Amino acid sequence: MADSEYAEIFREEAGELLEELETSLLELEKDPSDLKIVSRVFRAMHTIKGSGAMFGFDDISGFTHHVETALDKVRDGTVPVSTELINLTLASRDHIRALLDAATCGGEADPAEGERIIGLLQALVGGGAPGKEQPASVSAPPALDMGGAVEKDPTVGSMTHYRITIKPTPEFFVGGNTLEQLLDELKMLGECTVFLHEEGKSEILLTTDKGVNGVEDVLVFAESSCEVKLKVLAVEGEDEFEEHRKLGEILVEKGEVSATDLGKVLERQKPLGELLIEERLVSRTSIDAALAEQKMVKEGKGKGGVAKGAESIRVASEKLDQLINLVGELVVTQARLTQVSSHHKDSDLVEPVEEVERLTAELRDCVLNIRMLPIGTTFTKFKRLVRDLSAELGKEVVMVTEGAETELDKNVIDQLGDPMVHLIRNSIDHGIESPEERELAGKPRKGTISLAAQHSGANVVITVTDDGKGLDAERIRQKGLEKGLIRPDMELSEQEIWNTIFTPGLSTAKTVTSVSGRGVGMDVVKSTVDALKGSVSVTSSVKGKGTTITIMLPLTLAIIDGLLTKVGDTHFVLPLSQVEECVELTGEDIAKFHQRRMLPVRDQLVPYVRLRDFFAIPGERPALEQMVISRINGERFGLVLDGVVGEHQTVLKSLGWVYRNATGLSGSTILGNGHVALILDVANVMKCARQEEHDALAN
Amino acid sequence: MSAKNEAVQLQATQYLTFMLREEGFAIEISKVREVLDVTTMTRIPRMPAYLSGVINLRGNVVPVMDLGLKLGMGSIEYTKNTCIMIVELEVDGNLVEMGVLTDSVQMVLDLNPEDIEAVPKMGTNLNTEFIKGMGRQSEEKFLIILDIDRVLSSEGEAALREMDSVGSGRQDESKPEEAAEAEAQGTQAVGV
Repeated sequence: MADSEYAEIFREEAGELLEELETSLLELEKDPSDLKIVSRVFRAMHTIKGSGAMFGFDDISGFTHHVETALDKVRDGTVPVSTELINLTLASRDHIRALLDAATCGGEADPAEGERIIGLLQALVGGGAPGKEQPASVSAPPALDMGGAVEKDPTVGSMTHYRITIKPTPEFFVGGNTLEQLLDELKMLGECTVFLHEEGKSEILLTTDKGVNGVEDVLVFAESSCEVKLKVLAVEGEDEFEEHRKLGEILVEKGEVSATDLGKVLERQKPLGELLIEERLVSRTSIDAALAEQKMVKEGKGKGGVAKGAESIRVASEKLDQLINLVGELVVTQARLTQVSSHHKDSDLVEPVEEVERLTAELRDCVLNIRMLPIGTTFTKFKRLVRDLSAELGKEVVMVTEGAETELDKNVIDQLGDPMVHLIRNSIDHGIESPEERELAGKPRKGTISLAAQHSGANVVITVTDDGKGLDAERIRQKGLEKGLIRPDMELSEQEIWNTIFTPGLSTAKTVTSVSGRGVGMDVVKSTVDALKGSVSVTSSVKGKGTTITIMLPLTLAIIDGLLTKVGDTHFVLPLSQVEECVELTGEDIAKFHQRRMLPVRDQLVPYVRLRDFFAIPGERPALEQMVISRINGERFGLVLDGVVGEHQTVLKSLGWVYRNATGLSGSTILGNGHVALILDVANVMKCARQEEHDALAN
Repeated sequence: MSAKNEAVQLQATQYLTFMLREEGFAIEISKVREVLDVTTMTRIPRMPAYLSGVINLRGNVVPVMDLGLKLGMGSIEYTKNTCIMIVELEVDGNLVEMGVLTDSVQMVLDLNPEDIEAVPKMGTNLNTEFIKGMGRQSEEKFLIILDIDRVLSSEGEAALREMDSVGSGRQDESKPEEAAEAEAQGTQAVGV
């Protein structure tokens, strides 16, 4: 039954549930009295168990069942939430993960680990050992009105129709439950039609092949605080189970109308449903529900329990990449079309072309948006890391996050995971001191690690800050000397010494722990960030106020809005997000400042670089030049060009490995006429120009 | 591994022959994706002169190298025969395309291993690392078989050396007029 396709679906679903479980458990640790979270944990475990059994992962559902049993006691309030319990539940979560990986990717899960966890859990909650019981048979609740005597349970594996009536009592809602949650779970079992009656009663018609026990497993939540009735209507392929019944019979059976009333009405020979409503014997809803039930059983064809109206769908990321490439090509073609239409000056053509332009831009934004994910998803993953590591190292650490909603390209987020793990490990291991040391230093016992993300122009800035002891420049220098990374005659500033932590082979930890000290890590951070065309830097205060690592990443969109400009015959594109304004630069302006490269703009002197000189582009410069002003790290900076052509939707193309070190350029793009234009990296131009001026003066 | 061993290992292979300054060269045809006429090229500023720029190859941006300058034979002069060979090579495990500018492409030639002689230790005036062997086209006529992967991927050191001279505003002194010419052609549309 564990068909590979379904196994994959289960793996993904369970993966998400496990993550949710982890998050919930960590929340629960903070607030052990919150029963809503307990319910959430329980529900996640339960779903894993249910779908595990459904897809044939018996070991997972078996193990999960025991954990669930223990958690049930917590939900009842018989066992309090304790750190030990949370530790064990987290360990169970890891074990389920291992089982899952073993079953789907091939690998080894240690069955002894499972038994160990179960043993500890049972000892903790004090429950009798459930032994080798099958999970599904445990929760056969006596309160349920079983439809027919089930011996071999024909309902498992074949499509069966059920009628479920639920009437919640007020306690149901007090417990943090909602009817929707319950209904959602029922929907996961199979096709589900819901009728809400006036008096708060819900009637659900369900078709599933999961068997009576599967349905009961879901209802077990509601059972204690609701009036629940479950009735098996028909099992497909078992005709004798129940004949298609007439509407009247159904209503009589459900007690909506008495047999005598029915008889009277039937005599009048009108459509039964209409008559019953006229007589005000039953409500319209009851009739609709009954009719639907009749129809469902009559049709009797299971259409497969596909849940409808899903809020999201899973798409392979290659498909997205392909889509983005295609949109990229479309944007280039559209630019060509616009250019051609502007040559023809045909008003019939102009209008549809403008329409295409608008639509293309919208399409582009939409497609790019699909790939953008909030960075918060990664942040939550680190909570567990921080918790486990601080426990292991005997430190007290809290993690705070900021800007979790900042959106980044999915590819970037995926690749950011490893470096962030390294940084957090480093902060906890090297940075934050033990509680005793911290108290001696007059700091709160608990150390703080703060993860923050924010947009800054075309970049995203991510910072990892700790309030630990900071970097010891002298020790890093010593270590660097030992490893031959720093020569004794080198005069290094503090900042330069700090930056050596990004070189391979340097670790100042005195002993090698499982966490750090091997001297790999920071160089991994640097190379990953470099590969993402970002930069990483470190600042630290010597007085033990902590360390901040700043990672700056470009949004790395495949397509950006650009400003197309020209110098000689070469076209340059500036990312529009970096352009603040454009001003003219006349010969007079230049003369006024005696060839010194600056210009007053809005009462402020703006230094500039003439791109023609910087890039040694041959030809005469025009009498009237254009200056494009950007703001880099808060400073205004001008680039002088021959002319500004206009806005341009820019599909980024790499310049290729040969030009990966090109100065001042971040890529290229293809213009409407097929020529290649170069994309400027304004910050890099400014940096290089400044460096060169500095060097020229030094000589 | 000595050059002789390498020559022995060569199988009967098809080669594409081309001219640089009236001299015959050859590369394995399996490396060549296609041959193009010279099209509009965009020069990348502040890069060594032998890197001619980039072209738009059906929506892909492909770098082009001036083989004349790279081999120290002076820059290619644009004529109606000038063409760009698109060569495929592997860099860091990825297959990349690169354009190679030559004076003219000649023909496809079958060469047996016995037609290929080892590289003379001296006298080629070329970096012998770049040469796989000397192919005998006829009694009198030899072709230089290039190890095009090495030629193209050796940009590292060469690039650094030449960049220094560009950076300080000077052209390569040994052949100033050619380098200047290449610079001037840089961003112009050079048609044929």
